[in-house]
Amino acid sequence: MNFDFSDQQKQLRDEARRYLTEHSSPKAVRAVLDGGAPFDQALWKGLAGMGFLGVAVPEEFGGAGAGHLELCVIAEEMGRALAPVPFSSSIYLATEAIMLAGSDEQKRRLLPGLASGQSIGTLALFERPGNPSPQAIAASVAGGALSGTKVPVPDGAIADIAIIAARTASSGRETDISLFVVDLHDKGVTRKALTSLDPTRNQAEIVFQNCPAEPLGAAGEGWSILSRVLDRAAVLMAFEQVGGADRALEMGRDYALDRIAFGRPIGSFQAVKHMLADMYVSATLARSNAYYGAWALSTDAAELPEAAATARISATQAFQHCAKNNIQVHGGMGFTWEFDCHLYYRRANALAVALGSLSYWEDLLIDRLRSRNAA
Amino acid sequence: MNFDDTPQEAVFRREARQWIDANAPKELEAQLSKPSVGRVKLEGIDIITASKAWQKKKAAAGWACLHWPKEYGGRGSSPIERVIWQQEEGFYDKLSGVFLIGQGMCGPTMMTYASEEQKRRYLPPLASGEEIWCQLFSEPSAGSDVAGLRTRAEKQGDEWVINGQKIWTSGAHYSDYGILITRTDPTVPKHKGLTMFFLSMKSPGVEVRPIKQANGMQEFNEVYFTDVRIPDAQRLGAVNDGWNVSLTTLMNERLSIGARVWTGFSEMFQFCSDFVTENGPALDDRAVRAKLAEWAVRHSGLKYTSYRSISALSRGERPGPENSIGKLVSGTMMQDIAMFAADLQGAAGVLTDPKLAGVAGQFQAMLLQSPSNRIAGGTDEILRNIIAERVLGLPGDIRVDKDLPFNQVPTRGRKG
Repeated sequence: MNFDFSDQQKQLRDEARRYLTEHSSPKAVRAVLDGGAPFDQALWKGLAGMGFLGVAVPEEFGGAGAGHLELCVIAEEMGRALAPVPFSSSIYLATEAIMLAGSDEQKRRLLPGLASGQSIGTLALFERPGNPSPQAIAASVAGGALSGTKVPVPDGAIADIAIIAARTASSGRETDISLFVVDLHDKGVTRKALTSLDPTRNQAEIVFQNCPAEPLGAAGEGWSILSRVLDRAAVLMAFEQVGGADRALEMGRDYALDRIAFGRPIGSFQAVKHMLADMYVSATLARSNAYYGAWALSTDAAELPEAAATARISATQAFQHCAKNNIQVHGGMGFTWEFDCHLYYRRANALAVALGSLSYWEDLLIDRLRSRNAA
Repeated sequence: MNFDDTPQEAVFRREARQWIDANAPKELEAQLSKPSVGRVKLEGIDIITASKAWQKKKAAAGWACLHWPKEYGGRGSSPIERVIWQQEEGFYDKLSGVFLIGQGMCGPTMMTYASEEQKRRYLPPLASGEEIWCQLFSEPSAGSDVAGLRTRAEKQGDEWVINGQKIWTSGAHYSDYGILITRTDPTVPKHKGLTMFFLSMKSPGVEVRPIKQANGMQEFNEVYFTDVRIPDAQRLGAVNDGWNVSLTTLMNERLSIGARVWTGFSEMFQFCSDFVTENGPALDDRAVRAKLAEWAVRHSGLKYTSYRSISALSRGERPGPENSIGKLVSGTMMQDIAMFAADLQGAAGVLTDPKLAGVAGQFQAMLLQSPSNRIAGGTDEILRNIIAERVLGLPGDIRVDKDLPFNQVPTRGRKG
């Protein structure tokens, strides 16, 4: 059994960590937080230069042609460093959707730009509060033109292209939904940047008025493609969450060793030790579940749907748990703008709802386990 | 990343599987393969008789205590081969329960500290199940704080005379031998005055009394020692170095990596799939789904955590600390699952009669048993301390009795 990353993949992780420690420092993250720019453009270019953006994109489409395990280890480091770039939107969502459903011509035309970072992609799915559902999609495409409003769109303020889920029929079935690629620089596109829990990653409302929409995948197959894209993104995002959880745990541990109260390090009090031990438990479970997801993703296993939901739930819980208790270990200082704890807390809570909420994925997991049991 | 065997592992697995297919006690298959909610009960045959028979057969063919050296009754296998064997043995490993403490903890301690002659005499029958061993550590006033034990050993000539009481001794009533930790010097701090021995449980002055547990079962014992005489040759390690010897024993307890993870989740998922409430199938209920999902990811997390450790073994490396979370997670899960299963059954959840209670009262039995899973083998609190100190590197507890001579350590809690 070799349920682990290879030495080469671990080297890639180390390389990504070194690069991000230098180029996605807390100072760089804070520059975006403080509103200087909607994302860190220099970091984005640097990541492209390192070949990280296109690591899972085949060489013939401008990528490095490595694979999804390589993408997983990079994702973990992106989460650990809170990289303020549209990595998840452009790579896990847009790139994955095109790799999964695009025609050869579309792949040839769209993937090289995404892999090189020259073009930023995103997925515009949500239109109102609530979870992914075909019924919640009102935006529609008729005669090749898209109209409707998407909110929130992650990295919507800076993306160049969006994968859009839109209605192409109104039978009330999920086959009413199709996917499209839309150029966000079209004159029919109006974007509005929105304030959010995590200003290090931008969110936008996008209004489409008769925008040219290019089909992605067959008409009526949008929902089934989308659910496969979300599964793949769930695994990749789980690695970001695991990276973030680990870092939050380390910060809490380090502070508990340094901070003296009542004449001793606070990390010698069982109330604090046990809180940190529980954070370690969550982070360990999440890492193991993320590995399960990585295995399923990289081998295109039949278990991918349940592995993805498992990885997603576990990682969401772990990052939220570690981020909130990291603040608790820090006491009052953890609640200052100056300390970095809130950056992890913000990111943990933003990622927790990014692909649909915890209860949504719990529902999916039970449905999937049930059908596997029945089979 | 894959779950595949290496070519050598595949050869070993095939060999193990073939032997098990040809030799396992198939007449017990139906009973052993049933989910037992953590407890094995056999109809028509005593579990110890059945266990000894299977163990003897395994030992004769070289499939007992695989990772032990051959001259002591083992096979000289690598850690990964041991895991593969466990995977292949499957539910027949329910017949290994009575040997677990002896082979898992006493054996390695003997291996490290006994004389060559003693090893050749005692280890092979321990491996083959002919002789069962127990571990005599805990005492009424020394549970988590085991170094606070009070059983005395006093030297008289070439012998030691033992007086005192042990408790929570699993299997003492059917054990032939035991390893025993005692206090040999009460005038020095508590960790420094302990000495380890092994002895025959048939020694004059040893009295085993079963403990009736909170769930009505009797699996543990109290063991009383009245002027029990042990030859000095049966001392393990130096006089007053028993604490270090006991660490060998306890480290082995924590090193064992199970091939299977049992949390009760699969049984619970099946129960919720079958059970219909007044509102319809339990599995359609939102509250049920949320809880099941929570347990599903914990169960899966433990399973894949153990796969990570197994992978390290497969590479010939020492596993990381990740496996230390196992009992902490599964203990609480079992209790929560049992409570929720009873809750789902409404007022009938109180019934334990196998004819009336859902799933033959398995969850009710689990409910009554589950408190012990959070205590035995290290309480949840001790396990959290271990993770905090050994994995995260946090400071140890401040121990007010650490440097006090043992006979000056306070023994009463409540003042007044």
